[in-house]
Amino acid sequence: MPRNDRIKKVLVIGSGPIIIGQAAEFDYAGTQACRSLKEEGLTVVLVNSNPATIMTDKDIADIVYIEPLTVQVLKKIILKEKPDSILPTLGGQAALNLAMELEESGFLKETNTNLIGTTSLTIKKAEDRLEFKNTMEKIGEPCAPSKIVTTVEDAISFAEVIGYPVVVRPAYTLGGSGGGIAHFKEELLDICSNGLRLSRVGQCLIERCIAGWKEIEYEVMRDGAGNCITVCNMENLDPVGVHTGDSIVVAPSQTLSDKEYQMLRTSAFRIISELNIIGGCNVQYALKPDSFEYCVIEVNPRVSRSSALASKATGYPIAKVAAKIALGYTLDEIKNAITKKTVADFEPALDYCVVKIPKWPFDKFIMAKRTLTTQMKATGEVMSICNNFEGALMKAIRSLEQNIYSMQYGNYTENTEEEILKKLARIDDRRIFVIAEAIRRNIEKSKIADITKIDLWFIDKIAILVEMEQRLKKEPLSKELMLEAKRLEYPDRIIAQLSGKSLNEVKRLRKEIYQIYPAFQIVDTCAAEFEAETPYYYSCYGSQTEVSVQRTKKKVLVLGSGPIRIGQGIEFDYCSVHAAWSLHQSGYETIIINNNPETVSTDFDIADKLYFEPLTPEDVENIVDLEHPDGAVVQFGGQTAIKLTESLLKMGVPILGTSAENVDAAEDRELFDEILEQCCIPRPIGKTVFTTKQAIAAANELGYPVLIRPSYVLGGAGMQIAISDQDVTEFMEIINRNVQEHPILVDKYLMGKEVEVDAVCDGEEILIPGIMEHIERAGIHSGDSISVYPSQTISEKLQKVIVDYTKKLARSLQVIGLINIQFIVFHDEVYVIEVNPRSSRTVPYISKVTGIPIVDLASKVILGKKLKDLGYGTGLAKNSEYIAVKMPVFSFEKLRGADIGLGPEMKSTGECLGIAKTFNEALYKAFLGAGIHLPKHKKMILTVKDADKLEAVGVGKRFEALGYEIYATRSTAKILQQNGIDAIPVKKIDGESPTIMDLLLGHEIDLVINTPTQGRDKSRDGFLIRRISIETGVPCLTSLDTANALLTSLESNMKKDLSLIDIATIKR
Amino acid sequence: MKAFLILEDGHIFTGTAIGSQREVISEIVFNTSMTGYLEVLTDPSYAGQAVVMTYPLIGNYGVCHHDMESVQAWPDGLIVRELSRQESNFRSTQGLNDFLKQNGITGIAGVDTRALTKLLRESGTMNGIITTKESYCLNEILEKLKKYRVTGVVQKVTTKQKRTINHRAFVPTDFEQAKMTYMASPQLQEAIQQAKDAGVCSGEIAMYSMQGIEGIEKLKLHSNDKNTAKRHYTIALMDFGTKKNIEHCLLKRGCEVTVYPADTKAEEILKTSPDGIMLSNGPGDPAECIEIIAELQKLYQSKVPIFAICLGHQLMALANGFQTEKMKYGHRGSNHPVKDLSTGKVYLSSQNHGYVVVEDSIDKEIASVWFINANDKTIEGLKYKKYPVMTVQFHPEACAGPKDSEFLFDEFMALIAFSKSGK
Repeated sequence: MPRNDRIKKVLVIGSGPIIIGQAAEFDYAGTQACRSLKEEGLTVVLVNSNPATIMTDKDIADIVYIEPLTVQVLKKIILKEKPDSILPTLGGQAALNLAMELEESGFLKETNTNLIGTTSLTIKKAEDRLEFKNTMEKIGEPCAPSKIVTTVEDAISFAEVIGYPVVVRPAYTLGGSGGGIAHFKEELLDICSNGLRLSRVGQCLIERCIAGWKEIEYEVMRDGAGNCITVCNMENLDPVGVHTGDSIVVAPSQTLSDKEYQMLRTSAFRIISELNIIGGCNVQYALKPDSFEYCVIEVNPRVSRSSALASKATGYPIAKVAAKIALGYTLDEIKNAITKKTVADFEPALDYCVVKIPKWPFDKFIMAKRTLTTQMKATGEVMSICNNFEGALMKAIRSLEQNIYSMQYGNYTENTEEEILKKLARIDDRRIFVIAEAIRRNIEKSKIADITKIDLWFIDKIAILVEMEQRLKKEPLSKELMLEAKRLEYPDRIIAQLSGKSLNEVKRLRKEIYQIYPAFQIVDTCAAEFEAETPYYYSCYGSQTEVSVQRTKKKVLVLGSGPIRIGQGIEFDYCSVHAAWSLHQSGYETIIINNNPETVSTDFDIADKLYFEPLTPEDVENIVDLEHPDGAVVQFGGQTAIKLTESLLKMGVPILGTSAENVDAAEDRELFDEILEQCCIPRPIGKTVFTTKQAIAAANELGYPVLIRPSYVLGGAGMQIAISDQDVTEFMEIINRNVQEHPILVDKYLMGKEVEVDAVCDGEEILIPGIMEHIERAGIHSGDSISVYPSQTISEKLQKVIVDYTKKLARSLQVIGLINIQFIVFHDEVYVIEVNPRSSRTVPYISKVTGIPIVDLASKVILGKKLKDLGYGTGLAKNSEYIAVKMPVFSFEKLRGADIGLGPEMKSTGECLGIAKTFNEALYKAFLGAGIHLPKHKKMILTVKDADKLEAVGVGKRFEALGYEIYATRSTAKILQQNGIDAIPVKKIDGESPTIMDLLLGHEIDLVINTPTQGRDKSRDGFLIRRISIETGVPCLTSLDTANALLTSLESNMKKDLSLIDIATIKR
Repeated sequence: MKAFLILEDGHIFTGTAIGSQREVISEIVFNTSMTGYLEVLTDPSYAGQAVVMTYPLIGNYGVCHHDMESVQAWPDGLIVRELSRQESNFRSTQGLNDFLKQNGITGIAGVDTRALTKLLRESGTMNGIITTKESYCLNEILEKLKKYRVTGVVQKVTTKQKRTINHRAFVPTDFEQAKMTYMASPQLQEAIQQAKDAGVCSGEIAMYSMQGIEGIEKLKLHSNDKNTAKRHYTIALMDFGTKKNIEHCLLKRGCEVTVYPADTKAEEILKTSPDGIMLSNGPGDPAECIEIIAELQKLYQSKVPIFAICLGHQLMALANGFQTEKMKYGHRGSNHPVKDLSTGKVYLSSQNHGYVVVEDSIDKEIASVWFINANDKTIEGLKYKKYPVMTVQFHPEACAGPKDSEFLFDEFMALIAFSKSGK
């Protein structure tokens, strides 16, 4: 079937802000799909509220709206742009839900707009639990016995029929939000009531618990003619019970015979054919480990996290092909982009093994429960490729950047065997290391498999890795042993540690004497059956290198940013990709190294070459040994790349752009103070310390409050505001849990207005696209603050000071490329609080709203161009005609036990943008994009810490004026009443009913404002109030500044007529 | 113990000996299936060849004897990257290494199978030797390798005696049995009883029992249709190296199957008046089977409907005066797309062939191209115009590989029904 030529203008819906369960994979899918559509000459209209994405670039789509993803906004866009078609299957569940709402409301029919690819009928059949179950029954595909309930009572009576434990799955939620396994009635009551609330349609599925079965996934594609293929299947190491997003996953399946493989493959084809899916689809199965019995767990009629993984694991571009299928092409009409000789209608054959490990945010949320359940908790993931499983596992572990390089992690010396067995039964992120310990203790493998329900085959593979530890400890380091250790991907540093040699000795022995080097092989989709020239490589030992190394052009390494985590998100992928494009344009051969399967940067046609490898010095050196690049850029890949600077220099690779010494100077307190002094720039006074004692002394000298943090960290990790010696002791203890190579910083904390700039510097001139101002006062991490461009309250005089300081700092740090500086404006004085001579989180959004391609300019400057020749001027750019508000978005509901109170440590997982001609409208759009739709019931809870009480009066008055009924705890209520606000006192959580808790559970509260007291005391009432509000789905603000901003937005009453701004038309 | 694989072009791969340590000379071919090593090992079409598995981890799920495609292993050798030391599957009864030893199959592990595959891809299929002898004379070996030819393999693998399997002897495979059991519902039980009473064969009952409500409906329809319910075709299966699942696919459709040795004369078959004739897959060069080809001419002229797979397809082409040729490195794996030119639909198929029917040699008056390979456009199936003959190059019986084209057996049944109705 040729392309449907009635399709001329397509609206692509993105997935919105990054949250747990819906991350960068949709930027990858959307970007690939948009490029695929444009390739066909179509006009692409894109809408996504997430400004950090590559898909919202004007190079990717023709018309770009960074607008809130709501039905109203989408309707407006459709009316304005009149697309003939909508492609809803690339923006995750968010886009799918929106498309369904549009369809169900009849709007699409009225406007004569079609959903292309999978139809609404299919979506409904796949997503609606009852319809899905009926369909499966019709064609004989087994599902676990289940029932859809709309009340908790129904759930309980059904559970009594099928017996506990039962699984609760809310309908239409992201990443299994609100689901869980209930072992008894009370648990079911708790999980189910939460799930019903989270479900868009108020439905939950209660089903037989198949926890412990093997979890197998198939990524399948089907075209309009009914042709089906499997892109790959994947086996979860962790059995059913752990969300697949939280499981270690291997591709292809390892423990399935052909009979089981084909049984499930055939089933997947029957299902997608019956559902009439046109495009990509993911089918998840539970397979009973001791029989052929299986159950269909779930079908996702769209591209997903798993399809991103499958694409990277096989080289098969699912999103691209799905887009072509939506246009009417059949699979055999689409070329296999890798071989260019075969067609897309085939199934990739792998001759390697792929392992994915999730990246969890437990280092950020030390209070959060680490238990893994059916509710996904990971923020990102890493993938690795090797020709054996052990090697792939080892590579993936070190890709996580947790300072873990082997199966040795955790201290179990104190644990008895019994305790180890107990730990084995506990499913958390560290279990794989417990398994290794169990093997070290000679606990039988079959027993470990029994307890963990992890297949014996995998346990044995871990055993092989543990045995190598012993061999390296005991045996002389012969060539044969070294070869085997490298085959298993033991890094040199671990070989050195275990064999008692120095790292340099091991390296010399391996490279010079034994001549053991890794081989780089091509991911070719066909197990070498056909020739492929795709420059997509992975390393392994014991093979031949297939890379053709060119010497005609100069080449640059672009280091990626690894897994998505809080503090280092998709923004850095945006920067890496743009850097690669820009460097390529300037005539360089570009080489990307990265290990994140969800991102655009690891698509094989972004750079000239892609190495899918861990970002550790040894792995990077292997590539350097092969490619001999002329330089590396590290300023775009976040801390992951910056951390490699020293190693790259040792390898003899020049760092392009700002020199390593100057990067250091910005982080090294003493050097930095010197520079500030030279430039006569004030900063809050501070000290560097190593011990708790020194820290207390420093804090007292500076005077409380003080800010404590380690140097060289991401997103303010471990940063805290201390108001007492006790706080200092506590925070120092937490920081020192990880060995600190660098001193700890103690600074005077100034509670002023925070201002931020990104600038490009060519060594002489600077270009500042704009000054951004934070809504929240200093003390809340910049990534968690609402950021406004251009600044609204900074006087022209102070703006000049800021520009002047930026220029001075950029010059004295000899910045070539990007610099990000954070200032505090306190009592009409500008202080510098942080300087990062690299790309920052705000780069993508400021590029888009100002129309200044910052990364492109920085890349050119790095190659020696001068700003004055680049056409965007120098100094502070003139303000854009638009105002943009960047709003942080959090994933707290996914992380049980995590404190949502904001502070100097970053907690948000993503962001959205509001852009408009006026501040009020931009602010309104930003709140809307973040999912805060008010008012609903006009009831709110206001409880604040003592220091905020007076300020709370103003907030209370404004809410009252808007007609809000205000509930407050005793002391807050008293203050409010004294100031003439009609506050209703309510009891604290541990009081007698009715308490705040009852109020929240009554589902009539619009909003909770609770400002946390300092410290991390989990038992405090405030903590519980915040958690409960999040878990009951009530927005909770923890800063009065945010509350005031929300009030401004509510008071302006923007709801009706929102403007639409096509980002692609913003020009300089 | 060390082992060596030496190719006729002088390339040497070193690895570890697995399985039997008997020295073997063989034709080296690669297979890209990621699962199904046991099915590959027991597929008689691999007689005279040593198989390289491109997937690097082999032996993971051990040996599930139920999955054997014939009574023994046939290849001369097995070449793998890594043989799993721990097999894990609920049906596994032994490790792959033990199985290889038991079947006298020479193996070598630790080979850079990707490099080897690329050599075979670029130079074409080559002969090779697997040996554990460390002191060998390379020139002598290379000379031997160049001379080596695979011959007479069909005779080696075919059944020695004809045998008949009644449709009542149908036994569901273990996974069919499992699914029938856990899909059981009162409605299904009722439909099954009704079907049994109507005389529907147990194979069909099994097949429909696994298809949910739709299957129940079909079963009822079937029971009520007096003609189809009692239909039991007799099929003569010419065994050139047949796989168990061909037989199973026929039994499942209620056929009575008689398996004949490859050298059986056409008259002997025709005198039993079979409803249909099935030509199986098999090893070796089709052009070598001159006597068989002569018998096939008589078979198709009898106008008995014929369905042929793989070698059978090539032999039928030769019997009609078309030609076959050796491919550079053949198609062996589970991911080969074949396109039905009459419908435009594409199916993923299991394949295992080193020879192919030459497109230009096909007389368009006699046969039309039915299937082509979507990748290299080679001939994958023919439909004959004057006789009820349908032939495919790929394996609709799968095992190992996808079952997407199993429906071709239904088409064969339809062809028989059509042919009978015309009589």
